[in-house]
Amino acid sequence: MSAVTTTSLTGSFTREAFQAHLGRVAHLPAWWLARKQAAYERFSTLPMPKRTDEGWRFSNFGALTLDGFGFPATSVKPAQLAVSAAATIAFVNNRVVHQDKLPESLARRGVIFDTLQNALVKHADLVKAHLLAQPSKLGSDKFAALHEAFLEDGAFVYVPKGVEVTEVLAVHHQADGQGTAVFPHTLVVTEDNAKVTVADFFKSVAQTPDAKPQTQFACGGNDLYAGHGAAVTYVAMQDWSRDTLSFQFNATVARRDAKVLSLNLHAGARQARHESFSQLSAPGAHSEMLALTVAHGTQEFDQRTLQIHQAPNTGSNLLYKNALLDQAKTIFSGLIVVDPDAQKTDAYQSNRNLMLSDEAEAHSLPGLEIQANDVRCTHGATSARIDREQEFYLEARGIKPAQAQELLVFGFFEEVLGKIENEALHDSLTEIIRQKFKE
Amino acid sequence: MKPPTELEAAPVENPVVGIDQTKGDFQYKVDYAFDAGTGLNEDTVRYISSVKKEEPWILDFRLKALKTFLDKPMPTHWATKDLESINFDKIRYYLSQGQKPKRTWDEVPDDIKKTFERLGIPEQERKFLAGVEAQFDSEAAYSNIKEIVAKQGVIFVNSTEGLREHPEIFRKFFGKVIPTGDNKFSALNSAVFSGGSFIYVPPGVKVAQPLQAYFRINAENFGQFERTLIIADEGSEVVYMEGCTAPKFSTSTLHSAVVELVALKGAKIQYITVQNWANNVFNLVTKRAIAHEEAEVKWIDCNIGSRLTMKYPGVVLKGRKARGEVISIALANDGQHQDTGAKMIHAADDTTSVVVSKSISVGQGRSTYRGQVHIPKHLKGCKNNTECDALLINTNSRTDTYPAISVRGDKNATQHEASVSKVSEDMIFYMQQRGLTEAQAMSLAVNGFINDLARQFPMEYSVELKRLIDLEMEGSVG
Repeated sequence: MSAVTTTSLTGSFTREAFQAHLGRVAHLPAWWLARKQAAYERFSTLPMPKRTDEGWRFSNFGALTLDGFGFPATSVKPAQLAVSAAATIAFVNNRVVHQDKLPESLARRGVIFDTLQNALVKHADLVKAHLLAQPSKLGSDKFAALHEAFLEDGAFVYVPKGVEVTEVLAVHHQADGQGTAVFPHTLVVTEDNAKVTVADFFKSVAQTPDAKPQTQFACGGNDLYAGHGAAVTYVAMQDWSRDTLSFQFNATVARRDAKVLSLNLHAGARQARHESFSQLSAPGAHSEMLALTVAHGTQEFDQRTLQIHQAPNTGSNLLYKNALLDQAKTIFSGLIVVDPDAQKTDAYQSNRNLMLSDEAEAHSLPGLEIQANDVRCTHGATSARIDREQEFYLEARGIKPAQAQELLVFGFFEEVLGKIENEALHDSLTEIIRQKFKE
Repeated sequence: MKPPTELEAAPVENPVVGIDQTKGDFQYKVDYAFDAGTGLNEDTVRYISSVKKEEPWILDFRLKALKTFLDKPMPTHWATKDLESINFDKIRYYLSQGQKPKRTWDEVPDDIKKTFERLGIPEQERKFLAGVEAQFDSEAAYSNIKEIVAKQGVIFVNSTEGLREHPEIFRKFFGKVIPTGDNKFSALNSAVFSGGSFIYVPPGVKVAQPLQAYFRINAENFGQFERTLIIADEGSEVVYMEGCTAPKFSTSTLHSAVVELVALKGAKIQYITVQNWANNVFNLVTKRAIAHEEAEVKWIDCNIGSRLTMKYPGVVLKGRKARGEVISIALANDGQHQDTGAKMIHAADDTTSVVVSKSISVGQGRSTYRGQVHIPKHLKGCKNNTECDALLINTNSRTDTYPAISVRGDKNATQHEASVSKVSEDMIFYMQQRGLTEAQAMSLAVNGFINDLARQFPMEYSVELKRLIDLEMEGSVG
């Protein structure tokens, strides 16, 4: 018996709710509406995950409910967009509320930074080729289908051949109101030798500090496509309300000599599942998969990753670092797959758990499936507390224990944070982590 | 008894003396006095129990286990689909020559002696063996415990005898370390078990020589379901070794054993296995130990043969400062899948566990490491260190690693590391420069890869292991 509290297979996301959603996006191309229809059929028939599903090992099923959500209207303006960026697009409850015009210098060279709704109409071919092009492989078929069915709007980034965008393109998604469901999406397409940095900010609209956090549902995704020799940096900061059920799906495709770096910071939600999939499809492709998690209270962070090496001379490097406080729980389940032809693969996978409480719980499932012999594949997983000697060293120099702990945690995270060259993003990440430790 | 008829003559093309692997390729016509027929139902279980003249509680235990076995689905949601090719209706669940275990070598029938000779256990070697419990099909056909061991109060019998003659010792722990419902195959074993060793070592006794058992599968379609229970009482020490070979038959054979170890306060148990089943055998074994306060359990597990091996020796670290260790070597050649690993369940403060696994995949062989480390809430001072190294010989060899590590609290530490590599071309080139053939060089490199583990084996086993690897490496290069 799986302890799923949802009574039906669809919960709040009934056929009526879906029809109402279709009504809101009726102006979009027919092929997209047909895909959404098909996705809804999959969603409504697929079973909820159950305990015996390998992709859900150690997950908590008790609070995995689809009931009690909807699409309330809001008039709230998004807060805190002050991140230095070339341009910003902001959404509240799935609707665009703010959109900067792209600087002339970029627009002239063919860079596109627009809403997904606009792109579906104006750049149908590009969107059709890359939007949700990778099937869900990590266990959340049902929720990925839900995402596709109810995806209303998101951001679309396109960088043509050889164009380098140095400043950040920022996307804000915010949720407001009790029971709100949001379905954010960011699609990044870079042509050969292009370069871009995109940042997603997920946040719930601030409430009065002592109010009970609003219960919300977030089911988002991103597609990162890097053409030959392209360089894509993607940073996501997840800071939903502390009573959100969150899903995030990432699919990265790196072509010949492309480099993709993605960093996910997980701070918010009650229960958050993140699935990340990197496909290294041509020689020289490289994917850097990074994540930082600060888990406190009774939060649960469930991270599932897959690195598929399909071609020779490809590389991937995964580093997921979790800091666990209180009764928090994290799951890391990763898999490196090296196909028979992918000789000279260099793949690395590492999960580090910093245990900061006697009641925290960390699960690590680092996996390898190797079918080629001339490869360098290693993985490692560790779980331990802060080194007492380091703590003692700082305290002996008059630093208070709480401060010493914060310093050491930042030291622990720095290995990942240091890989972000953009200062504004580095600061945003640091700020969210700092705030989290104050809670 | 009639002299045996050799059905197949084993080819004598042995490149290295004493390690012809095809030695297992023969079969004797043996008159089985008792045979439960093929297929499995309640009557089979009742039949086995009645032949063994078992007490009602054992029959009860078997029947409950049968029900559990039938109710449980195949674990194919995580394990290989190859399990579905086992046809449980075509397997013989029990046969026996109806002999009582023999006490001296002279009493052992000639045909069985001949079997052992073919398997490479020379008669003169037995004086070096503290006690040989050689399992000829289901029943122990030969049992020789050196007087000195018996004098120490060590009980070393087969499972039937253990439950019949010493229920006061064995019943308490029988089926307690590995409950019937632990998995589908432990349930199957609990329903139809026969043979195996039951050992009790009294408090403070240090058994000087290793106790040994040797298993063979002899009849076609015959499953072997031995049951082993070793109890090391407070402060005692014992080393147990088992080796297996099986003749090659055209249809698949199933071996499904259950091994339970209990190390009471301060006791030490070392359990060594060298498995070399034929390439059509499904080898699905459940092995687990309970280590009480300050006890030490060490599993040394070497898997070379079989079509599919699924075996994850485990230690439940139940008492303070208990220690568990698994040393695992696996070699998977064409058509083989070695799915092995370890399970470390920490259940007390200051417990430590170590897992070292080395696997070698040759040709299209597939080796898998599957492990579990579990540290529950509110413990302190628990440590685990796991290392898995995989060596891939050919371009299409395959290896997988699936560990699961669960840690709760901030007073424990775990560390897991795995790496995958091939034999370096420079190394092979260097050795060829000095006159070795490529195969010899490869073999030397592979032996080097496992050398630090092989050294922990008793001498005769590590020598045999080295020779087996030489043989497996032949034809793997070029």
